[in-house]
Amino acid sequence: MQAARDFSHYVRDLGSGLSHIDLAVEGVSCAGCMSKIERGLSAIPDVTLARVNLTDRRVALEWKQGALDPAGFIDRLAELGYKAYPFETAHAEAVEADNSRFLLRCLGVAAFASMNVMMLSIPVWFGNAGDMIPEQRDFFHWLSALIALPAAAYAGQPFFRSAFRALRTRNVNMDVPISIGVTLALAMSVVETLRHAEHAYFDAAIMLLTFLLVGRYLDQSMRLKTRAFAGNLAALKAETATRLVGAGEISEVPVAAIRPGDIVLLRPGERCAVDGTVIEGRSEIDQSLITGETLYATAEHGTAVYAGSLNISGSLRIRVSAASEGTLLAEITRLLDNALQARSRYVRLADRASKLYAPVVHATALLTIFGWALMGASWHDAIVTGIAVLIITCPCALGLAIPTVQTVASGAMFRAGVLLNSGDSIERLAEVDHIVFDKTGTLTLPELDVVNSASVPKEVFDLAGRLALASHHPVAAAVARASNAKSPLAGIVEQPGQGVRGFVDGEEVRLGRPSFCEADELADEILSLDPEVTAVAFRRGDACYVFAVRQRVRPDALAVVSALQARSIAVEILSGDREPAVRAAAQTLGIKEWRAGVTPADKIARIEDLKRQGFKVMMIGDGLNDAPSLAAAHVSMSPISAAHLSQATADLVFLGKPLAPVVAALDFSRKALHLMRQNLWLAVGYNLLAVPIAISGVVTPLIAAAAMSGSSLLVMLNALRARRVAHGRS
Amino acid sequence: MEVLVILVPLALGLGLVGLLGFLWSLKSGQYDDLEGAAWRAIADDEPAREKPAP
Repeated sequence: MQAARDFSHYVRDLGSGLSHIDLAVEGVSCAGCMSKIERGLSAIPDVTLARVNLTDRRVALEWKQGALDPAGFIDRLAELGYKAYPFETAHAEAVEADNSRFLLRCLGVAAFASMNVMMLSIPVWFGNAGDMIPEQRDFFHWLSALIALPAAAYAGQPFFRSAFRALRTRNVNMDVPISIGVTLALAMSVVETLRHAEHAYFDAAIMLLTFLLVGRYLDQSMRLKTRAFAGNLAALKAETATRLVGAGEISEVPVAAIRPGDIVLLRPGERCAVDGTVIEGRSEIDQSLITGETLYATAEHGTAVYAGSLNISGSLRIRVSAASEGTLLAEITRLLDNALQARSRYVRLADRASKLYAPVVHATALLTIFGWALMGASWHDAIVTGIAVLIITCPCALGLAIPTVQTVASGAMFRAGVLLNSGDSIERLAEVDHIVFDKTGTLTLPELDVVNSASVPKEVFDLAGRLALASHHPVAAAVARASNAKSPLAGIVEQPGQGVRGFVDGEEVRLGRPSFCEADELADEILSLDPEVTAVAFRRGDACYVFAVRQRVRPDALAVVSALQARSIAVEILSGDREPAVRAAAQTLGIKEWRAGVTPADKIARIEDLKRQGFKVMMIGDGLNDAPSLAAAHVSMSPISAAHLSQATADLVFLGKPLAPVVAALDFSRKALHLMRQNLWLAVGYNLLAVPIAISGVVTPLIAAAAMSGSSLLVMLNALRARRVAHGRS
Repeated sequence: MEVLVILVPLALGLGLVGLLGFLWSLKSGQYDDLEGAAWRAIADDEPAREKPAP
């Protein structure tokens, strides 16, 4: 029964007889891929647009309505060697994209305004020293006002809004001193122009906004990039379900199109994408992604199954329930909510800095005003000097100090195979001194592997692999993968729950349970050596072999654990799996602290306990059962193969089979935090130099402009150092 | 100094043209794929395609 793939959920009708679809594509990394894909897809008749976006790794396709089936594009891309899947922009990502575009527009306006104001300011600065007549200077000041005032009103919106929000909740953030500084600088400049004064600060105000918007835009585009990547991951996991549309008729639809009450078919070897109840069929299911338990559970009529369960032996029909009805999921979601609330109490470095910074700056400005007034200066002069202090201390370099480092460090981490889910995770990751690993799928690889392939003759292994291709059973899939079998044998019959059999050169071949192949003795021998393996037997005529299949630890897990310990980070395992399995893994990796059979609530309790002892805990896990503890930990990480909820909760996601990205991420984040602090001190140091000049009242707009660009440049150049870390110890 | 009557509006006008150009390029999606755009500039034979629909 071959299901028709139905992607109509993702197709957008553009009107004018055109349809549009966005595909997330895996493995697009260079210009070569880009032109290969565009050429390959444009060659299909009736395709009017095929454009690759290399930044987001997506393809936009448009074609004449009704002429083509979207599934055809995916097949074409598969022929070209790329895995693709339809993609629906998540709401969160659309919001970030809008924000990013708005910031860029503000930045454009501010940058053009500051260039033009500067063009008018420079003649004034040099004219003041030369022979400029006051009327000319006033004229230039008015022109500057004409440009700067509307530009600041537009480009300052991100800061004014955020400052207003903060003040309304009686908080102070970095945007409050910025907004006050900019507004006062502009107002003072207008007053000074009216009084035909020598100095106006239009250039300083608009330049300040420009620099700050650069920092804001960098911050935003980093967030957008991680969102887009997370969206692609979700799409490429190809969450489809096989829905029964009529009597015996099925169609493969995206999970987003499944409604509660629908009936879906779950075949052996498929992962369940929905929550529901079994209404027909009997099978074993692997719930390791949900509970961490690697022993299979029995599913029959009335059993509740959750998204993420793997169906092992028989076909099941499942009635979809509303996601919130699942008792297990509801429990996990509740724990998750609590944990996330705790997380949001973390105060970012930038906010901590601004909490200290704003009162100091405002107090200094006020003291300057009163100081000058007491010393007999006119109120006008005192206020002008006070505002000059505000302008020169405006946190221009401070606003760039953190986003620039974050952008550079996240780029470096991306190249090392780590994706960031949230911007402040770098700060939190850098503080980690205790790492809690989940076992299944995190320390071990998510797929099963054959461990005794060396003791089986090559030609037997190859034949067993080809035979295994006929089955969807995960153990058979492991045998097929380990033997690199490509061509399946013909005429193979699968006996559900037992194995597969067929004929090769007139001899019967069988692969399956030891009892199915009459190889119980051999299997018992292997099981007595290592009780954790699953034995799968192969028989050809009278010859009989047994493969030992089990989860393997990640290839570099031992090296990574010792590298972490060398960085004086404590490592422990918290697993939902049985004790012998966990103990074996802990012994192999040299981890002394481990707990087995732990429930999601216990995991949280252990993490809270560690937190109370003053540890900064990082949780690394992949299962649904890990999601709440991922949220409870100070910072968390998931492998790319993790369950959706876990991946969405984790602060960082790492790619590929090796565990090495964990160490790389740690090193990069430590370096980044170091540089962020350094940058903040650079900005503060600049202020310590500039403020006395401002208080003494000799600051000219020229000094303000030079100091502002100088400190910003310094901070940006320093941030570039986050690209490299010393590799000596890793 | 009468030349200012011409030069100042000219300078402002040019600045405005630049700004409008930037806003237009932003609106037409030229900043959506900065990485791809860098490579497209040196790709030797772009496949012939129709103009993208607005």
